[in-house]
Parts: sequence; C-alpha cells; structure tokens
Amino acid sequence: MRGISFDVAHMLAGSLVLVSFMQLYQARLYALLNIFALHALILAASVAWQAFIQDAPHLYLTALIALVFKAIVIPVALHRIIVRLGIHREIETVVGVGPAMLLGMGLVALSMVVMLRVTAEADPLAREDLAFALSVVLLGLLMMVTRRNAVSQVIGFMSLENGLVLAATGAKGMPLVVEISIAFSVLIAFIVIGIFLFRIRERFDTVDVRALDRFRGERR
Amino acid sequence: MIIDALTGVLLIPALSACLLAALPGYRLTSRLNVLAAFLSFATAVSLFFVEPKSGPYLLVDDLNKVFIVLTTFVAFTTSVFSASYIGHEIEIGRLKLTYVRFYHAMYQVLMFGMNLALVANNIGLMWVAIELATLTTVLMVGIYRTHEALEAAWKYFILGSVGIALALFGTILIYMAARPVIGEGLEAMVWTVLVAHAAKFDPALLNVAFVFLLLGYGTKVGLAPLHAWLPDAHAEGPTPISAVLSGLLLNVALYALLRFKMLFALNPVAIAPGPLMVTMGLISCVFAAFMLYRRRDIKRMFAYSSIEHMGIIVFAFGMGGPLANFAGLLHMTMHSLTKSAIFFAVGHIAQVKGTQKIADMGGLTVTNPVLGWGLVLGVVAIAGLPPLGIFMSEFLVVSSTFARQPWLVMILVLGILVALGGLFLRLNTIVFGEPRGPTAPAQASYVPMFAHLAIVFMAGIYMPPALVTGFQNVAKLLG
Repeated sequence: MRGISFDVAHMLAGSLVLVSFMQLYQARLYALLNIFALHALILAASVAWQAFIQDAPHLYLTALIALVFKAIVIPVALHRIIVRLGIHREIETVVGVGPAMLLGMGLVALSMVVMLRVTAEADPLAREDLAFALSVVLLGLLMMVTRRNAVSQVIGFMSLENGLVLAATGAKGMPLVVEISIAFSVLIAFIVIGIFLFRIRERFDTVDVRALDRFRGERR
Repeated sequence: MIIDALTGVLLIPALSACLLAALPGYRLTSRLNVLAAFLSFATAVSLFFVEPKSGPYLLVDDLNKVFIVLTTFVAFTTSVFSASYIGHEIEIGRLKLTYVRFYHAMYQVLMFGMNLALVANNIGLMWVAIELATLTTVLMVGIYRTHEALEAAWKYFILGSVGIALALFGTILIYMAARPVIGEGLEAMVWTVLVAHAAKFDPALLNVAFVFLLLGYGTKVGLAPLHAWLPDAHAEGPTPISAVLSGLLLNVALYALLRFKMLFALNPVAIAPGPLMVTMGLISCVFAAFMLYRRRDIKRMFAYSSIEHMGIIVFAFGMGGPLANFAGLLHMTMHSLTKSAIFFAVGHIAQVKGTQKIADMGGLTVTNPVLGWGLVLGVVAIAGLPPLGIFMSEFLVVSSTFARQPWLVMILVLGILVALGGLFLRLNTIVFGEPRGPTAPAQASYVPMFAHLAIVFMAGIYMPPALVTGFQNVAKLLG
C-alpha cells in the first residue's frame, strides 16, 4: 500500500488541513472565500485520487460535485451576496489570530492522538485519512466559534462538511447513498442559508450575528 | 416496491406534502393535513396486525413500532390543534396566507422525515432522515419572520447542523468498524446485519464512534450542555411546531441513540454507553430544573421542562436493564402526550392574551376556565404528581434504579422536586389570582388536549395488559 498512491493521498489530505489553517487567519471576506474555493478544489482532487486508487468510479461523481458545486457555484454565489450586501470589509474575530492558531494546532494534535491510536489495525491510508478528516472537522468547528459574521460561519460550516466528505471517501467502499446525501444536504443547507442571509439583511441591515443577540426574549 | 404499511407511513406524508404545496387557502388544506395525519396514524396502527417484511432499507420491529405509532398519533392530534391555531393566526394577520401553504407542506415533510428515521434499516439513511427533519423544523421555526424567530432559527440551524455533522462522523466510524468484519458496501450499514456481527467489531473504533454519536444525536435530544438551541426554537416557532418538537423530534433523536446503544451492548469489549448517558441525563435534569425558576416566557419554561424530562428518560435508558428500560419507555410516551397537551393549552392561552410573557397572564381559571384548568391538569401531570401517568413512570424510574445506584437516584429526585417547585410557582401566576391581560373567550379545539390528558390519566390508574407486555418486549430488546 505504501507507494506513490499513498503519498499522493497523504499529501492531498494534509494540504486540506493546511488550507483549513489558512482559513483561520483570513481577515477579509473575499480572501476567506477564495481560500474556501481552494479548500474545495483540494477536496475534489483528493476524492478523485481516492476514486482512482480504490477503483471506485462512483467517487468521481462525488469529486465532480465537490468541484462544481463547492469550488465554483457556492463561492461565486457567496461572492455576489457579499457584493450585494456591501460587507466586504474586515472580519472581526472573537479570538485573535495567535490564540486561534494555537487552538487549531491543539485540535489537530488531539485528533491525531485519538484517531491514530484507535485505528491501529485499519489500513494506513484509511487511518491517516480519518485523522486528517477529523482535524478538518474540528478546525471548521473552531472557525465557526471564532467568527461573528454570518457568512464566515457558513464558510466554517462548509469546510467542516468537506472534512466529512474526506472521511466518507477515505472509508473504502462506503455506499453511494451517503455521498449523494451529503451533496444533497449541502445543497439544502445552502438554500436555507441563502434565504436566511437575505432575511437577516432585510430585518437588521447587517449580517453581523451580534446584532441578533439583542433580540433575546428573556431580557426584556 | 410493494406498497405495504411500512412504505405507507412514508408515502402518505410524502404525497400529501406535494398536494398541500399545490393547494391554496387554508380551510381546505388544514383539513387535508388532518386527514393525511390520520391516515398515517391508521397505517401505523396496522403495523401491529400485519407485520410487513423488513428489507435492506426499511425495517420494522417491536422497538420502532412503538415509536411510529406514538409519532403518528401525536402528529395527528397536533394537526387538529394546528387547524384551529393557524386559523386564528391568519385572522390576526400574524401569518400570511402564502406561508400557510408552505407551513402545511412542511408539516407533512417533517412527518415524512421522522417516519423515515424511525423505519430506516440503514445508518446512513437514518442520518439523512434526521437531517431532513431538522432542516424542515428550522424553516418552520423561522416562519413568523420576526427578529426573535430568525435568531432562534439561525441558532437552531447552526447548532443542529454541527450536531448532525458530528453524528455523521460517528456513522462513518461505525462503517469503518464494520467493514473488516462484514465486507465493503451496503451490507456494512444495515442495522440488522450490524447487530448480527457487532461482537466482532474493533472496540477502540466503536468507542470513539459512540462519543461522536452521543454528542451529535445528543444535541438533537437537547441534552445539557448541548441544549442551547432548544428553548429558543420552542419559544419562537408556531406552537404546533413546539408541540411536535418536544413531543416527537426529541424522541426520534433519542431513538437513534437507543439503536446505537443496542449495537454497543452486543460488543463485550467496547465501553458501556450507560455511564455516559446517565451522566448527561442527570446533568440535563438538574440543570433544566433550576433553569425553570427564572423563565418569563411561558413557552420557554415548558421547553426547559422538556430538557428536564429528556434527561430523566436518557438516565433511565442509560441505567439499562428490563425494568429501567420499561420505565424509560413509559416515561417517554407519557412525556410526549403530556407535553404536547400542555403546548396545545399554551398555544391558545398565548393567543387569548396576545403575549407569551408570564407576567402579563393571570386568573385564567376564572376568565377561561377550560383552558386554565386544562393547563393546571397538564402541569400537575408533567410535574409528576399522582395519580397521573408521569407519576407512574417517574416512580418506576426511581424504584427500578434505587437499589443499584442510590446516590445517583438521589440527584435525580432532587431534580424532579426542584422542577416541581419551579413549575407550580409559575403556574400560580398564570392561572390564579387577579385576571390580567385580555380575557376574550378562546376559539379553541379542546379535543386534542383533553384526549392526551385522558390517556395520561388512564395510564396512571390502569395499563392494559397488552400494552404492558408490548413495552416489556421492547425493554428486553433494548438490553
């Protein structure tokens, strides 16, 4: 199993984690969006490589969905939303870049320790993929909690889902049902999010989630 | 595929969702909604008489039969309540007619999602169904388009998706554990096959998987500290949706947890899921009980009460054993019926008063006696006073686990008593004393509320032997 196929899969999954880190310190929405497109692009390459080495043609479909939908359609659509809302200014982060990176490293270390230890008997490709996937998932979560802007929370959520796709394709022979459903869920999620973004704008004139906090039923 | 009762509980909501999306107006559609919900319920009941064959995708056994019948029954009564509730919302202009069409279609999509999650024989399919149900309720919670409703829907969406993402990761790990034993492909995700081979799975992978599944589906069950979405979602959505959320959707997520617990129980080396569930159950119960004291919004208060009761139920299932499982199952059924009855009353009360703030309500037993006393009866039931059904089930939970873990049960009893105090403190403000706020008579349908309360009352006094044996069989199945 160790050989060029393993090395390439390893490199692609590793780059995905790296790009997740890059998302953490992006200060501007446009830059963040571009990095997310890169994230999705690497995911598509990684999935396509898995399809090749596992000889599983249906995974090419998943790769295609990742490429077209996540790397092109969503970034373009979000780009237009950002322009329309006029919010291409700086992102406020709750935690600074330094602490966020340190937290991220901690999460990656955690996922390595957990996953590599429990999957000692699985084949090396699957276990490294799972460890990387968990890192991407946790970094996505971290991004969602460190950002206040609704758009960047959505991007955090989508990079989290990228991690899930990586895990699902790394698990050899997982039925197609799940991949299609993942694609569907992203689609639905995006529609929901899109509606919400417009509604939020309509009501608050801002997509800063902090503005929502004022309207807690409890306090009045 | 042959159409039998199993596909029936899926097809009826799916088809009626399409139909309701196409029809205008609300008088006709609300009646059609009731009819569709009733047909689903009738089909679900027929599962007890003619048991269809389970396939690789759909499954029916003693466990999910109970859940399906409970779900479709409460969905049916809620649709009756919803018809009169929505009628009033349109009259006062809080809900636009265009949204009503959407609302009814979504109601049936939600039913479809929940039924699919319950009958799915595939861990991937079950996950998809729960995600569908979650997204549907997100849309329903935000339907009023007010600040609060949007905040609640957004919070619910973000927390719900994170939960559901973690659950998917757990699901993938289960597949990874099953693959070396069962082989690649669809088989390794089918419940019945998984259960047959569970003993040979890699325990370390299963352990990690369970943590993710508990956090993921636990978010949907509303276990503290993952409950943050629940009170907002209950308070800001239309009240029929609060009733369905509390009475049904929490149960569906719990069902997923129970299925996985059955799987883990069969593997001798993997960690026992019990202690983790017991801990989270106790935390939820006690935390929510104390939170009841500071509530000012009537629907929020009962949402916290739901967290408390889910805590008790998860505690009972976590303790395990035939008796505790029986108690947990009974408590779950009683809680679904009682809590939805309470929300039926609360919905009409909030419509009469024009507000959900407890401080603006008062003297309901004088001005609206039927609603007022209905709520009193509901709260007496939910607080666990005899002779109603919840007293029975709480008593069983406590007595069946006392011999094994007296200290843990003490904490549970503390939670129940604190909750009782909190509920009655607020109830006193709402229904007794000087009448406050508008006192117009309610245009309400009392039938669903009193039907539920009557069943809960009956169960407290006499349980039919057939029901007891049915529950006992399920309890044994749960291990």
